[in-house]
Amino acid sequence: MRHIISVLVENKFGVLSRIAGLFSGRGFNIETLSVAPTLDPQISQMTIVTAGDDQIIEQITKQLNKLIDVIKVTDLTEKEFVEREMVIVKVSPPAEQRAEVLRTCEIFRGRVVDSSPKTYTVLVTGDDKKIGAFIELLRPLGIKEIIRTGKIAIGRE
Amino acid sequence: MKITGAEIFVNALKKEGVDTIFGYPGGVVLKVFDVLYGEKDLKVVLSRHEQGATHMADGYARATGKPGVVLVTSGPGATNTVTGIATAHMDSIPLVVFTGQVPTKMIGNDAFQEADIVGITRPCTKYNFLVKDIRDLARTIKEAFVIATTGRPGPVLVDLPKDVLADKAEFDYPSEVKIRSYNPKYVGNKWQIRQAAQAIQKAKRPVIYAGGGVILSNAAAELKDLAEMVQIPVALTLMGLGAFPGRHPLFLGMLGMHGTYQANMALYKSDLVVAIGVRFDDRVTGKVDEFCPEAKIIHVDIDPTSIRKNIHVDIPIVGDVKFVLTDLIREIREMQAAGETWEAIPRTWHRQIDEWRTEHPLSYEWDEEVIKPQYVIEKISEMAGENAIVTTDVGQCQMWTAQFYKFERPRTFLTSGGLGTMGYGLPAAIGAQMAFPDRLVVDVAGDGSFEMNVQEMATAVIQKLPIKIAILNNGYLGMVRQWQELFFNRHYSSSDLTGQPDFVRLAEAYGAVGLRAARPEEVEPTIRKAFETPRPVIMEFVVNREENVFPMVPAGGANHQMMFGAERKKPEGRLRVARG
Repeated sequence: MRHIISVLVENKFGVLSRIAGLFSGRGFNIETLSVAPTLDPQISQMTIVTAGDDQIIEQITKQLNKLIDVIKVTDLTEKEFVEREMVIVKVSPPAEQRAEVLRTCEIFRGRVVDSSPKTYTVLVTGDDKKIGAFIELLRPLGIKEIIRTGKIAIGRE
Repeated sequence: MKITGAEIFVNALKKEGVDTIFGYPGGVVLKVFDVLYGEKDLKVVLSRHEQGATHMADGYARATGKPGVVLVTSGPGATNTVTGIATAHMDSIPLVVFTGQVPTKMIGNDAFQEADIVGITRPCTKYNFLVKDIRDLARTIKEAFVIATTGRPGPVLVDLPKDVLADKAEFDYPSEVKIRSYNPKYVGNKWQIRQAAQAIQKAKRPVIYAGGGVILSNAAAELKDLAEMVQIPVALTLMGLGAFPGRHPLFLGMLGMHGTYQANMALYKSDLVVAIGVRFDDRVTGKVDEFCPEAKIIHVDIDPTSIRKNIHVDIPIVGDVKFVLTDLIREIREMQAAGETWEAIPRTWHRQIDEWRTEHPLSYEWDEEVIKPQYVIEKISEMAGENAIVTTDVGQCQMWTAQFYKFERPRTFLTSGGLGTMGYGLPAAIGAQMAFPDRLVVDVAGDGSFEMNVQEMATAVIQKLPIKIAILNNGYLGMVRQWQELFFNRHYSSSDLTGQPDFVRLAEAYGAVGLRAARPEEVEPTIRKAFETPRPVIMEFVVNREENVFPMVPAGGANHQMMFGAERKKPEGRLRVARG
C-alpha cells in the first residue's frame, strides 16, 4: 500500500543524502520526494511517497526516526490529510485542436503559463486522480514534455 | 585566549577523559600530532595501518566500555578506517574517529589525498560530521562523544579540514549538549513490562535469548538475577558470550548456526522467548518461519528498529536493557510478594533440556597424533582464568572459541560478530591490552585471518604488550573450506593457504617470541610457556587440516535440523565431550 510520510528534518548539509541513502541501502522504494524549508529556516519539510506492507512501513518510519537529523516523522496515511501535486505540461496540438487544450485546461482549473505558435504550456494542481485524468485527456492532443513536483501533503485539523 | 584548532582538539579529548588515541599521522593532521608531541596525559599508539588503529580502538572500547578514539589523516588514511568503522557499526561499539581533510577551500577539487570520507562512511557510522568552521569544533567533538556513547552506541566520524585545525578560537567546551532530534529512550514502558512479567509467570517452557545489548548496557548482573529468580535457561548469541556465566547450570550455550543442540532445541520448543539486547540476526534464527514457532516473544532493545525487523514480536519493550531488566525484576518480585500464584517452571522443561544436553553435547573426535583445534581452545580456557580477555579472528577459530571457551564475565570476549571481519583479533587484542596492561589477553587466530593485519605485530612489540596469539594453523581458510567440503563437492577453490610463512620465525622477525606445537602433548606446555613469557608471543598450533565446526545449521536451514560431526562418524571410544 502507498503511504505519504511527512518528515521534519534539520536543514543541514547532507541530510537529503542520509534519507536517500537509508531508502537505497535498505531496499525501500521512494515514489516521490519533495523538500523545502519550513517557516523556521533551520528546519526542512520532506514529503515522501513510498509503498510497502505494514511491516515495511513500520521499519521505514522507525528507521527515519533513528536518523539523528530527523526531528519528526508522521505517516499521514493513518490520518485525515490534504495532498496536492503540481504538473506542468507542454502540449503541441494540431492547429485545429488548440482550442481543445484551452478547454481541457479550463475544466481542470489549470492555467496557461506560456505559449508559442506551436505549443501551450499548462499548469494544473490536484491529487493523483485529477492529475492522472488531466494527462490522459491531453495525451491524444500531443504532449511534448511533462514535469511533476511530487506530492506534498498536510494533515487536517 | 585563542588557541588553534589542533589545540582545541587535544584539550577536548582530555575533557572527555580520553587516555589513549590509536592513530597514524599524515599531511593534513601534522598540526595535531605536533600538539600531541610530548603530551603527557594522552598516549598515542602508532599502528602500522589505519585499519589496525580502528580495530585497536574497537578492542579498547569493548574491553572497557569507554569510547575508542582514532586519529588518522585524509584520503587513504581515512578510507583505510572504513572496515574498522563498519565492524564497530555492526556490533554497536562506541568509537570516535577523527580524520584529517584537505583545507575547506579545496574540498571537492580532487585535491591530493582528498576523499569524501563523510560521504563514504555515511551508511556505516551512527553519525558523522564535517567541521567547516573552527567555532563549531569544540561543540562538534562533544556531540560526537555524546552520540557515540548514548542510546544504541556506535561509531561517529569527525572530518577535520587542515585550515580548521590551524585557525584560532577561544576554547569553550560545553559540559553537555542537547540535540533536539536525538533522544534515546532508556526506561521501558511500564505497562509493557507488566505484560512481560505476566507472560513469564504463565510460561511453561521459557527461554532467555540474550545478546550484545546486555554487555553494552552493563546488565550481566541483572540478567543473572532474572534467570535465577525464575529459573529460566539462558542461550546467548555470539555477541552476548560473557553476559551470563559459561559454567552456570542454567546456561545453554550459544544458539544459532553453530550453536549447541540444547540451545536451538530449547528455542524451537519454547512457549516464551525472552529476547534481550538482540536483533534476530540470520545467523541466530536460521529459517525464520521455523524459529521458535510455538513461542510468544518478548523483545527488549534500545533500538526500536531492531524490534519487528525480522520477526513478529508479541511484547516489544523499547529501552536500555539494564533499566528494563531492573524494572522487570521488581515487577516480578512484587507479583511474587503479593502472593500471586506463581507456579515454578515445570520440572519437565528442565529435564527435557538436560536430555538434549546429553543427547548431542559439544564434542570432537580425539586424535593421539594430530592436534584438534577444539582441544587447544579448551586448554586455553582452562589455563587463562576468568579475568583473561580473549579476542578472535573470524571463521572456524572464532566458532570453536565461542563453543569451547567458558566465558564467565562480560567484556572478556571480543569478536567481530556482525561484519565478520577477518584480521580483527590481533589489533583488538592490542587495544584491550593497552586498556588493561596487567590482564592476560589472548588472540585466537586462524592462519588466514592473522595475516590480514599481521603488520600490527610491530605495534605490539614496540608498545611492549605481552599479548598471546594462538594461531590455529590448518593451512586453509578453514570455514570456506568447510563450506566447500559440505556444499561444493570438495572443490577447495582458493581456500588452500599452503605456503604460509614460518610463524615462529615471523614472530622472531618482529621481535616477539615464537612457539610451535605440532602434537597434542605439546599443547599444554606451549600455552604454559607463552603465559609465563612477559612479551608478545605467537603460539603456532599445527592442527588437523580438515577439522569442521559442528554442530551446524546449513545456511537457510531450520535450527532444529542440525548437522553433527564426530558422533555422526561414530568413532569407537574416541569422542571427546566438552567439559561443562
